[in-house]
Amino acid sequence: MKFTLSWLKDHLDTGADLPAILDAMTMAGLEVEHVDNPAEKLAAFSVAKIVEAVQHPNADRLRVCQVDTRDGRKEIVCGAPNARPGLTTIYAPLGTFIPGSGITLEPRAVRGVVSNGMLCSAAELETADESDGILELDGALAVGTAAAEALGLADAVIDFEVTPNRPDWLGVDGIARELAAAGLGTVRTAPVTPVPGSFPCPVSVRIDSPQACPAFAGRLIRGVKNGPSPQWLQDRLRAIGLRPISALVDVTNLLSYDRARPLHVFDAGKLTGGLVIRMGRDGESLTALDGKTYALRPADCVIADDTGVVSISGIMGGEPTGCTDDTTDVFLESALWTPLNMFQTGRATGIVSDARYRFERGVDPGFMLPGLELATRLILDLCGGEASDVVMDGAVPAGRAPVVFDLAATWRLTGMDVPEAEQVRILTTLGFTPEALGEGRYRVAMPSWRRDVEGPADLVEDIARIAGFDHLPQTPLPQRAGRKLPTETPRQQRVRIARRTLAGLGWSEAVTWSFAQRAICELFGAPQGGGPLLLANPIASDLDCMRPSALIHLILASQRNADRGFGRLALFEAGPVYAGDAPGDQQTVLAAVTRGAERHWAGEAAPDVFSVKADLMGVLEALGAPVAGMQVVQGARSWWHPGRSGTVRMGPKTVIAEFGELHPRVLKAMGVDGPVLGFELFLEAIPPAKTKVGKAKPKLTLSPYQPLSRDFAFVVPQGTAAGDLTRAVANADKSLIAGVSVFDRYAGPGVPDGHVSLALEARIQPQAATLTDAEIEALGQKIVAAATKQGASLRG
Amino acid sequence: MTTNIATLETELTAAVETAADEAALEAVRVAALGKKGSVSELLKGLGGMSPEERQLAGPAINGLKVRLTDLIAARKAVLAEAALDARLMAERVDVTLPARPRLKGSVHPVMQVFEEVQAIFADMGFAVAEGPDIEDDFHNFTALNFPEKHPARDMHDTFFFNEKEDGSRMLLRTHTSPVQVRTMLSQKPPIRITAPGRTFRCDSDQTHTPMFHQIEGLVIEEGIHMGHLKGVLMEFMRAFFEVDDVEVRFRPHHFPFTEPSAEMDVRCDRSGGQIRIGTGSSWLEILGCGMVHPNVLRACGIDPDVHQGFAFGMGIDRLAMLKYGIPDLRDMFAADVRWIDHYGFTPTVQPNLATGLS
Repeated sequence: MKFTLSWLKDHLDTGADLPAILDAMTMAGLEVEHVDNPAEKLAAFSVAKIVEAVQHPNADRLRVCQVDTRDGRKEIVCGAPNARPGLTTIYAPLGTFIPGSGITLEPRAVRGVVSNGMLCSAAELETADESDGILELDGALAVGTAAAEALGLADAVIDFEVTPNRPDWLGVDGIARELAAAGLGTVRTAPVTPVPGSFPCPVSVRIDSPQACPAFAGRLIRGVKNGPSPQWLQDRLRAIGLRPISALVDVTNLLSYDRARPLHVFDAGKLTGGLVIRMGRDGESLTALDGKTYALRPADCVIADDTGVVSISGIMGGEPTGCTDDTTDVFLESALWTPLNMFQTGRATGIVSDARYRFERGVDPGFMLPGLELATRLILDLCGGEASDVVMDGAVPAGRAPVVFDLAATWRLTGMDVPEAEQVRILTTLGFTPEALGEGRYRVAMPSWRRDVEGPADLVEDIARIAGFDHLPQTPLPQRAGRKLPTETPRQQRVRIARRTLAGLGWSEAVTWSFAQRAICELFGAPQGGGPLLLANPIASDLDCMRPSALIHLILASQRNADRGFGRLALFEAGPVYAGDAPGDQQTVLAAVTRGAERHWAGEAAPDVFSVKADLMGVLEALGAPVAGMQVVQGARSWWHPGRSGTVRMGPKTVIAEFGELHPRVLKAMGVDGPVLGFELFLEAIPPAKTKVGKAKPKLTLSPYQPLSRDFAFVVPQGTAAGDLTRAVANADKSLIAGVSVFDRYAGPGVPDGHVSLALEARIQPQAATLTDAEIEALGQKIVAAATKQGASLRG
Repeated sequence: MTTNIATLETELTAAVETAADEAALEAVRVAALGKKGSVSELLKGLGGMSPEERQLAGPAINGLKVRLTDLIAARKAVLAEAALDARLMAERVDVTLPARPRLKGSVHPVMQVFEEVQAIFADMGFAVAEGPDIEDDFHNFTALNFPEKHPARDMHDTFFFNEKEDGSRMLLRTHTSPVQVRTMLSQKPPIRITAPGRTFRCDSDQTHTPMFHQIEGLVIEEGIHMGHLKGVLMEFMRAFFEVDDVEVRFRPHHFPFTEPSAEMDVRCDRSGGQIRIGTGSSWLEILGCGMVHPNVLRACGIDPDVHQGFAFGMGIDRLAMLKYGIPDLRDMFAADVRWIDHYGFTPTVQPNLATGLS
């Protein structure tokens, strides 16, 4: 919302200067966003008169001028063709920053003659887009007059944020009221005096859709002379960025900003019959004042005459019935429109108008008729004519009932101690009517423009913000009884441990978008077409679907980094993935992606399936996951390399993680060069640690007997999972076998075709006594028997 | 005889001393002291001697044997030492060669700051609550006192999913406030929680990204007023920015879900293209807050005449930028390894109040 300082002063009698007003606004909740203060911007510039202008000795196009300025007579070199003796113009002294050219004046010789300042054009002052020569001002202006004053730009333009609960701030009178309450002066908005009608209104009005239009009033003014509005009105509108159109239209725009009261003027000569307020009909359309044609729906409220729709209610009038310079009879409309309808029709048509902006937030119902009277007065003053009686249908709805308010609520909610008299003063100045009930209790009636106030909390807000949040005490939060408990959720704890472990293993953490490109999401398991994961209004076409995997952006980022020359990387992210739109469909994963080799004198360093697996297992160990109970099975879902990927599972159903190399076809579809490796760990799939009483760890028993190890070489058919073989060997005697490792894998001469030799070392830990040779032999046979069940035979 | 022994000793001593390595020395030892060695043969000859001869030759030969044995042992030690020196010299590597490359891991500043913030609020007794990113209209708007189809909803630039058959449509939460609602619906006061998480708005420019991070605070306890809100936030600011004092101002504002509502600004210095907290002549908006609106309490089944409390919400990304001098918000989510390397944290720096936040 924009307004000017002088406009404000029409409504507020104040001695406060601009900074004080801006500060008071912001601290009352009217957050100032921008101030354009020409007086400040042009402070260095002032009126000057050229006394003498002679040809520059060394340049045809330049003149050397003697100029009377507020700094005395100056010699100034000027290139403008209109620099001539007697001209009154604007002067800038040395050291001035010239906004239009972006330079700061320095003393320098222009072709041998030193110029002691500059004579300025409108473009150089940024008061016009372009100009032809230096400014030519009224010769009556005194030398030294401030440029802003001389140019009629002394008025500061203030732009501030109007929060959606306060549509009354969309009128300058409402701003004045807030500032008066804040102690900056007194409101002096002139009261509205009704204009009596001198004849019955020939245009009838009827409301057929009362749910969209509770009340509609209007009157005819005949015999007007339309044309450009007076300069003061044009200046006022221009200052806030509006384009003056004609006196009749400018009056409506003025009141839209002066009183937050939108109005509409019809050329009565172009209306046929009476006006009916009704809902639109399928097939109806209207060419509005913006020149565009809008189709109307049964959900849109319209104003129609006998020929059809003449206005999209409260949003924009129709072009065919609009006022022009030829208008002599005008029908002036002041109505109440239901905000919900305005919001829906505004959305559907996409029309952005000052009227829509106000109606969809809610205008002051109490000012519907006064607004009509005030506009009538202005039209009669500016355009002449004669006003009819007011016609009206519907009724202005009653305001909210008064509330009983205990002033103690102010302290109870804010901790601020505001004296009773001050609380009552604030409410009264803001337009409330507090009626004392005794013991600090008041019955408070709401002003018609404060539809946002429902109850005591709203009154407390008004009192507190006007009294000033500066007075808020600073009170420590009371300590809660009992011991302090850790606050991290189990999920957060997993995320933190997993992240920090992986970072410690050399991976770099990233945070990437929760949404990705639908086509890519489909490659990672999202439903075809995106299903419930597809956004209706994505920010960009490549971010239109909630990600089913956190690998996607890491893979894409790995390529961007590689393209920039940083191809060896290890990235990870702990974040959400989405399987559907229900709360339970979101889960947290730890996704990791790595690629790129680094040449090294001792052999190339590059990630492979097993380096990735090692780090994945390291994270699982750090999480305290029951790794011993997990199985690694060959293969993972379709976006992984079918031969170089695996799945970590617990039991047949629970997938803990997938790892390996990404599928080259998927990478290609993403425009990514392979190989790219990684894993995705489903943090929430890990079963929670068994709860036990106390924090003590189980008793440690250390065997006093020397451990030993035995090696076995097995021949197995190609394709036999080494993991199955080692697990079988380890399970051959769980009480004695402490661990099994694979120390060699061989295929070639000596091993039958289609087979491989796997060399296993079993670490044996005797528990009760040192093993005898016979016991060791028996254990060896158990191991071989277990391996044989897996299709292995002892290598001869 | 004695002459023979003396000659043999001279020869053998020379042989020991000139043995070049342990093998040569062993050959000398075998030749002298082995079963058929020269000294051993002499000893064997003692048996055939007369007692007088033996009396003379015995000590001489045995003396030779002892001296020779000692000599060989000494020589052997010298040779072993020399052999070790030679081997070690042969094992020399150029230690100035580069070590095996290892990637340097790091933690993202946004995640680091989440942990910092949580550590501070944990000390003030705030538990953590979480909720889903994909929300419904009730939790994101209606329960938070956003009027139906009101411009206030438009201001949130909400991401929507497609309409379902029943006309409803899910959305991406525009703030972490739905977690307030979920918490109040599932817990009875007293409530003291923070709710960290991802949030989304359909907006993208230098200071807005379509995804960002917030932390929400909610306290519903007896006698809690706006002064407590200010106290908590002041304590937070000092702890987070690690300064003794931060000047703040509470500026009235409007949020549908709080009444009274305020935005909090911190004093800052913007000169030199960087923002510094704590000094200067500018203000920087840092968070929104207020007393929970009676309608919100009612929507969550809490009687506003009995319970009251405050809520606040702030942007984690913005806090990270301010504290760590990160210039552009958009870089946060680009996963550029150069950026990560520069702004990331070493994983051993785990924020807590005992060892420091950062």
